[in-house]
Amino acid sequence: MNIDKKIADDLVANDVSFVTTVPCKQLAGVIEEIDVRDDIFHIPSNKEDEGMGLCAGAFMGGKRPAIIMQNTAIGVTINTLATLTQFYRMPLPMLISYRGELREPVACQVEMAVHTKALLAQLNIPTFHFHWQKDVEELDNILKYTFMSNKPVAILTDANFWGGYGDQ
Amino acid sequence: MIRSEILKEIAPIIRDHLVVCNIGLPSQELHMIDDQPTNFYMLGTMGLSSSIGFGLALAQDKPVISIDGDGSVLTNLGTLPTIANNATGNYTLLIIDNGSYGSTGDQPTYAGQKTSLTAVAKACGCDNVIEVQDKDLGPVLQSAIDSDEMTIIVCKCDSGNIKLPVITLDPVVIRHRFMEAVKA
Repeated sequence: MNIDKKIADDLVANDVSFVTTVPCKQLAGVIEEIDVRDDIFHIPSNKEDEGMGLCAGAFMGGKRPAIIMQNTAIGVTINTLATLTQFYRMPLPMLISYRGELREPVACQVEMAVHTKALLAQLNIPTFHFHWQKDVEELDNILKYTFMSNKPVAILTDANFWGGYGDQ
Repeated sequence: MIRSEILKEIAPIIRDHLVVCNIGLPSQELHMIDDQPTNFYMLGTMGLSSSIGFGLALAQDKPVISIDGDGSVLTNLGTLPTIANNATGNYTLLIIDNGSYGSTGDQPTYAGQKTSLTAVAKACGCDNVIEVQDKDLGPVLQSAIDSDEMTIIVCKCDSGNIKLPVITLDPVVIRHRFMEAVKA
């Protein structure tokens, strides 16, 4: 199974047509895949809260949005998630590279990883953790759940899910 | 002119268009001057007026005006390269540049000192950047809306606020009626 293609296919199947991204090495393949899809408008953001603003506007303009980012972004988007996405009740699937988990080579990434689920729980954000490749089979259901509930929803995808972190 | 006087003057120009209005006093003033379902009032999230408006402009064809402030743009400077590199003709960014953080007590911003947001926007790659004095804004804004090219307007004006109440509309109501207006 090609995870990158499967993720892009599920986004398209759920009418997600506006995707903003802030890159992570683990996400390079899926970002590249989204960039070449005709059914998806891909707009890179400079910062994740900016991306959430773009997604809020796109949603109000009639598009289903998604954001792809690293878990460190939870540290910079709490205000936006609370006062924009949640306060105005907007759906936002967040496909998140979960750095600092098993098979992580960079120690500093662990420092944010240990806070990630706690912060998401504090925000009452439904959170799913993909550790095995087969976990991606839940993505279609998670996307449907996100647009049913009009909430931001986190999908944490760790290094093991992506097949390790390069050669390190 | 101060911001509320500018909003009063441009209200007839923006009335029939989709407007995303900056957090705090700008939204409160626009709400008091000319509340419309086509106005999206930001009740929080400083800095994202330009991003929300730009996402909206990319997602549909109607003209969109983001009303922003110099302090808010400085908070989210990354927005300008994104807007520049994905330009869409139905988008106008109006930066009301009074050189101060109005909603928090008129503390000075760097835009009122050495930093020129006009120059920053140009350096970020925005092709149509117009700096205008407050009294001259109306016709410039009208032609930006009418134009097929994206325009960034930096409107220089005085700092100063009027006393007015907070917006008590529920955010979901603001969002719902705005989305209905987008579809209409």
